[in-house]
Amino acid sequence: MSNNNLTQKYITLYQNHKERLLDNSSQIVNEYRDKAFDAFKKSGIPTVKSEAYKYTNIEEPFSRDYQSVLESEKFSGNIEELFKCNVEELDTYTMFTVNGKFIGDNNPGALPEGVIVGGFAEMAEMHPAIVEKYYGKSALIEKDGVIALNTMLATDGLFIYVPSGIKPEKPLQVVNILTAENDILVNRRDLIVVEGGADLRLLFCDHTISTNRFLVNAVTEGFVADSGTLDFYNLQNQHNGTVQIGGYYFQQDKKSLLNANYFSLNSGIARNNVFVDMNGLHGENHISGLTLVDKNQHVDNFLSISHNVPECESNELFKSVLDDAGSGAFTGRIYVAPDAQKTNAYQSNNNLLLTDTALMNARPQLEIYADDVKCSHGATVGQLDEEALFYLRARGIGKDEATILLMYAFAYEVIEKIRVPALKEQIRTLVEKRFRGELDKCDSCIVCADINKVMNDLSGV
Amino acid sequence: MLKIRDLHAAIDGKEILRGIDLDIKAGEVHAVMGPNGSGKSTLAAVLAGNEAFEVTSGTVEFDGYDLLGMSPEERAREGLFLSFQYPVEIPGVSMTNFLRTALNEQKKYRKEKPLSASNFLKLMRDKKNLVEIDSDLTNRSVNEGFSGGEKKKNEIFQMAMLDPRLSILDETDSGLDIDALRVVANGVNKLRRDDNATIVITHYQRLLNHIVPDKVHVLYKGKIVKSAGKELAHELEINGYDWIKKELDEQ
Repeated sequence: MSNNNLTQKYITLYQNHKERLLDNSSQIVNEYRDKAFDAFKKSGIPTVKSEAYKYTNIEEPFSRDYQSVLESEKFSGNIEELFKCNVEELDTYTMFTVNGKFIGDNNPGALPEGVIVGGFAEMAEMHPAIVEKYYGKSALIEKDGVIALNTMLATDGLFIYVPSGIKPEKPLQVVNILTAENDILVNRRDLIVVEGGADLRLLFCDHTISTNRFLVNAVTEGFVADSGTLDFYNLQNQHNGTVQIGGYYFQQDKKSLLNANYFSLNSGIARNNVFVDMNGLHGENHISGLTLVDKNQHVDNFLSISHNVPECESNELFKSVLDDAGSGAFTGRIYVAPDAQKTNAYQSNNNLLLTDTALMNARPQLEIYADDVKCSHGATVGQLDEEALFYLRARGIGKDEATILLMYAFAYEVIEKIRVPALKEQIRTLVEKRFRGELDKCDSCIVCADINKVMNDLSGV
Repeated sequence: MLKIRDLHAAIDGKEILRGIDLDIKAGEVHAVMGPNGSGKSTLAAVLAGNEAFEVTSGTVEFDGYDLLGMSPEERAREGLFLSFQYPVEIPGVSMTNFLRTALNEQKKYRKEKPLSASNFLKLMRDKKNLVEIDSDLTNRSVNEGFSGGEKKKNEIFQMAMLDPRLSILDETDSGLDIDALRVVANGVNKLRRDDNATIVITHYQRLLNHIVPDKVHVLYKGKIVKSAGKELAHELEINGYDWIKKELDEQ
């Protein structure tokens, strides 16, 4: 079902840059590169004719012309001086990527012993044993053409390794910045490993600085070992010329806990692929998302939770508020393997349409092969409660303010899931600002920093 | 304070109010009674500005201003208050945030300074005592999980917080046990002053034992068909509405 011309375009891109790609990566990563190339030749870029990409056309953005960032030099300025978090309450270890490349000079501060953080390209060379064990094990190249493409083209991104029993005191914050003079394609590749009993809180903030178009094809692999905890937050605030395919592929061992929270505040087209494999007894996860779209924005959350073993629990809560001609999609696949008895799997997807032109597609998909399980799913699409609106207005609250209160009330359940209090407060403020139309799509960074200053400083680099 | 003239209103093309005339002066309590379906709640909804109802003709003056030309929020800020028959549950909006927003919008409208956080909390405490509302309730979302009685107490609590000049109590007694009824009535009585007025809409007379009206009106088929002093309520309690219906049907 692939588009041959489009597939050929990226095959040629790979062939033209192959030498340089191979020179800049570790041997293990390069072995995957070749396999991914073969896989991509077969799969190509997924089209709207495939079930998985039915509601989001990614062919169109992939068919545009981008300047390749494969050749570009690494950003060499001192980003710490340029980019300061002005939210003091949010005390984090902070790191940056610019166009998918890790900023090497950045030192996230004193991390506990044994914790490894850094650029994926560099760390893959330094820690081959970790890469060999985990790389490409969760984001399988045969699964999706965009995974194959990323594995074929990506060189850098984040590398985070937290050894057994280590619990970094502060959350780790990664600011993924996009900035360029021309339209660019970015392939970022992240590897996150949380070993047994370790506990990591990780925040990804995705931002655009310059106004050109971006196509981001990012793949993040995350592994949570026995009794480990990963609290993951993704905050997306990019301008409307951005198309981002964010793939998050998690594996969970026994008694592990995964919390993954996606806040899609702004982007042109965003597709989140969230896949979780529960491979050990008594694993638990909570995956949630809050999507806010307006104008012609589009957000597609595509989830797949696999209960491969018995006695695990998964919870999904995704909510969207859609304004103007904004559109969204939600697919929630839950797979329960034949012997995965005593599975608890819950899914809820609620959507608020503010206009007649907003559009939402919701697809719960339960595939259950065990007989002693508790599974539930619910999807709703509705409008603002007129009675509640009148009740608030009858107390003197203006229509606009009352509408914001009700939209916030709709969203709060997702915000309540945030386990870092300062971050919860930040996101609460942000969401409210977004509802008031005060959150600038192009250049505001919310959790961190004076982005205008960063933009000025970067333009001089 | 309130002057209603020949008020007609309809919902979905069906006429419910068919020419209401009513005058209410400051310091007065008026009871509007009547059988089910007579238009009592419609009258309350129309006065509060519920857009589900269409006013087809007539005028309503509130302190000399054209009430019908105002949005629901403007009416509230001008000092009109509706105690809902069925208060709406709003999960996710805290009572505190709700009331602070409402009060500050009112203050802004009246060009007064917003309340400081400490003064707001003090006001909440004082008014909570007035209506004997459980402290825990004000820490929750608006009406969420409240019992029927708690919801009605919460309406009177909001009334106390907003200090309206004209309050319309729409079937505030429905679903209340006798203790809750007394608490609610006490609250209303404590809020009575010479410069405010109250419309008590009720089907039964029992609330009027606690909130004693100056005038009683009977609404039937969208019109006020009888007005008298408080003794009319007693008469209705004993004889029901049938005699009024009969009297009218004979005319």
